[in-house]
Amino acid sequence: MTNLYAFIVPARLVHLSAVDVVIVVFYFALVLAIGFYLRGRANTGEDFFMAGREMTAWVAGLSFLSANLGALELMGWAGSAYQYGILATHWYWIGAIPAMLFLALVMMPFYYISKTHSVPGYLKLRFGEPARAVSAVSFAFMTVLMSGVNMFAMAKVMQIVLGWDINFSIWVSSLTVAVYVTLGGLRSAIFNEVLQFFLIWAGALLIPILGLYEAGGWTNLKLQIAQRASDQYVHLWSGLGSFTDNPMGINWIGIVFGLAAVISMGYWTTDFLVVQRILAAKDIRSAEMAPIIGAGFKMFVPLIVILPGLLGLAVLPMKLVPESVAAATGMHSYNDVLPLMLARYCGPGLLGLGITALIAGFMSGMAGNVSAFTTVWTYDIYRPLINSKGTDHHYVNMGRWTTVIGVLISVGTAYLVMQFASIMDYVQALFSFFIAPLFGTVILGMLWKRATGPGGFLGLLCGTLSSIGMWAWVKADPSALRYVALSPHAKALAQDMFQALWSFLVCVIVTVVVSLATKPKTDAELTGLVYGLTTVPSVGDIPVYQKPVFWAGVVALVFLILNILFW
Amino acid sequence: MVSIWFFIGISLLVNGVLILGAGLYEYWHPPAEQVVLYNLHASVWWGALMTLIGGWYSYHFKPRQKKA
Repeated sequence: MTNLYAFIVPARLVHLSAVDVVIVVFYFALVLAIGFYLRGRANTGEDFFMAGREMTAWVAGLSFLSANLGALELMGWAGSAYQYGILATHWYWIGAIPAMLFLALVMMPFYYISKTHSVPGYLKLRFGEPARAVSAVSFAFMTVLMSGVNMFAMAKVMQIVLGWDINFSIWVSSLTVAVYVTLGGLRSAIFNEVLQFFLIWAGALLIPILGLYEAGGWTNLKLQIAQRASDQYVHLWSGLGSFTDNPMGINWIGIVFGLAAVISMGYWTTDFLVVQRILAAKDIRSAEMAPIIGAGFKMFVPLIVILPGLLGLAVLPMKLVPESVAAATGMHSYNDVLPLMLARYCGPGLLGLGITALIAGFMSGMAGNVSAFTTVWTYDIYRPLINSKGTDHHYVNMGRWTTVIGVLISVGTAYLVMQFASIMDYVQALFSFFIAPLFGTVILGMLWKRATGPGGFLGLLCGTLSSIGMWAWVKADPSALRYVALSPHAKALAQDMFQALWSFLVCVIVTVVVSLATKPKTDAELTGLVYGLTTVPSVGDIPVYQKPVFWAGVVALVFLILNILFW
Repeated sequence: MVSIWFFIGISLLVNGVLILGAGLYEYWHPPAEQVVLYNLHASVWWGALMTLIGGWYSYHFKPRQKKA
C-alpha cells in the first residue's frame, strides 16, 4: 500500500533544513509585525480602504506589479515556458506593457480626479447604479472565489514541494493574511506586496544566473533547446504567421488583438485588484508614474519566470509532462519546473528564501484579493444598497469584519475545491467572462461622451453573456473552437484570446447602438469623467526627465527593442 | 512613520546573514549531497550581497526621531 501511494503521489521535491525553516518563520513574523505596527494608521475610511492616498510612485508601482506576481503565476508561467517556449513571454510584454502605459497616460487621470474608491465606483459616476451593481457584485463574488481557488492550489503545491499538510497551509496562511489586513487595511497589504517584490527577486534571480552559467550562455542554451524541442521555442514572433507554425497553436491576430488589445487592456486597466494600488497614490504624477514603474519592472520578470522554464528544457535530466499525465504516472509536471530548478541550484538558506518567495507571492495575492473585495463590498454594495447612513467609523468596522468574512469564504471555497476539483476550472473561466466586456464599457465611458447609462449597462451585460455563451458552446462541443478562433488548428489558449475579442466587440456594438437610441447626459454631468470635457490636471512644471510621458517613452522603446531582439 | 524601505532592509539583512552563515558553514563542512554548481558557493556571495544591500537600506531608512 505504501509503495502504491508513493507511486501515485510524487515524493516531496525538496527538504528544508533548519536555516530554511528559520527564514520562512522570520517572514511570517515580519508580515505580522508590519500589520501590528500599522494598526494605528487605519482608523478612517480613507486610511483603511485607500491607504490614506499617500503612497509614492515607487511604492504604488511595485505594489501594482506585485499584486499580479503571485506564486501560482510564477510557477504556472515557468511551466508554460517549458511547454511552449519563449512564446509565453507575450503575456509579460505585449500582453502587459502597452496596457500599463495606456493606464498611466490615458485612463489614470480620469480614475484619479474622479476621486472614486473603485472601478465600479467610476461606473456609478459615469453610467449610473445598474452598471455599478452588475460590476461590483460580479467582482466581489469572483474575487473571493478566486482567492479560495488560489489558496487550495497553493496548499497543494506546498504539499507536493514540501510535503506540508494541506489544512496546515490553508489555515496558517489565511489567518496571517486576515490578521495583517484587518489591522492595517490596504496600507498593510501594499507594504507586504512591496516586501514580497524584493523577496521574489532575491529568491528567484539566482536560478537564471546559475542556469545560464551551466548551459554555457544564451547562444548555447538556444542550441540545446533546438535539439531537445524545436527552434520555434526561442522565437517570439516568427512562428505566429499561422496556428501550425508554433507550439502554442495560436496566430498573431489572437496575440495582438485578443491578448494585447482586449484581455491585457481589460485586466491591467479595469481589474480593481491592481488598479486599487494606483488609486492609493499621493498625487496625479505619482498615479501616472506608478504603472510606468510597474511596466519597467514587468519587462524583466521573464528573467525569473520564462528563462527558468527554458533552462529546464535544456538542463533538467528528466522530461516533464502535463498535469494529467503526472497525476497518473508520478512523473513531474510542467508546473514543477520552477521548484525543480530551485532544488537543483539552491542549498540551505537559498532554498528557504526561494520557498519564502513562493509563500510571500501567494499571501500577498490573497491579501490583494481580500482588500479589493473589502473595498468593493463596503463602498459599492453595502453603502449604496444596504445602509447609506452609516458613519465613517461604521464603514471602517464593516471593512474589518468583511476582511475576516472574505478570508473565511475563501477558506470555504478552498475546501469546496478540495472535494470537487472541477469547480476550479469553472471559477477560473467565470472570472475571464467579465474582464473584456468591462474594458469595453469603461473605455467607451471615458472616451465617448455620447455613451449613455442604459448603453453602458446593456453593453456590459450582453458582452458578458456572449462570453459565457461562447465558453458553454465550446464546452459542449469542443469542435466549435474552430468557429470561435476562426481556424481548425486553434488550441485551447487561442479560445481565450478570441472569446475575449468577440465579447469586447459585442459590448462595444451594443453600447454604441443603445446609446444612440437613448438620451445622452449633459456636458455638465460628464465633467471630470469623459475625455474632452475634463481638464486633466498637470503634473506640474517639472523637467522633462521627471515627466511620466518621458518615462513611458523610454519603457516603450525598450519594449520594442526586446521584441525585435527575440523576434 | 517607519518607512517601508526600512522593513525591506531588515528583511534582506536578516535573510542575507542567515544565507551567508549557511553558505560559510557548507564551505567549511561540504555536504555529502551537493547541489549543482556547488563549487560556485552561491550562498556565500549571494548572502553577502543581500547583507550589504539590506544593511544599507536598514541604515539609510532607519526610524529617526524628529528634531524639536
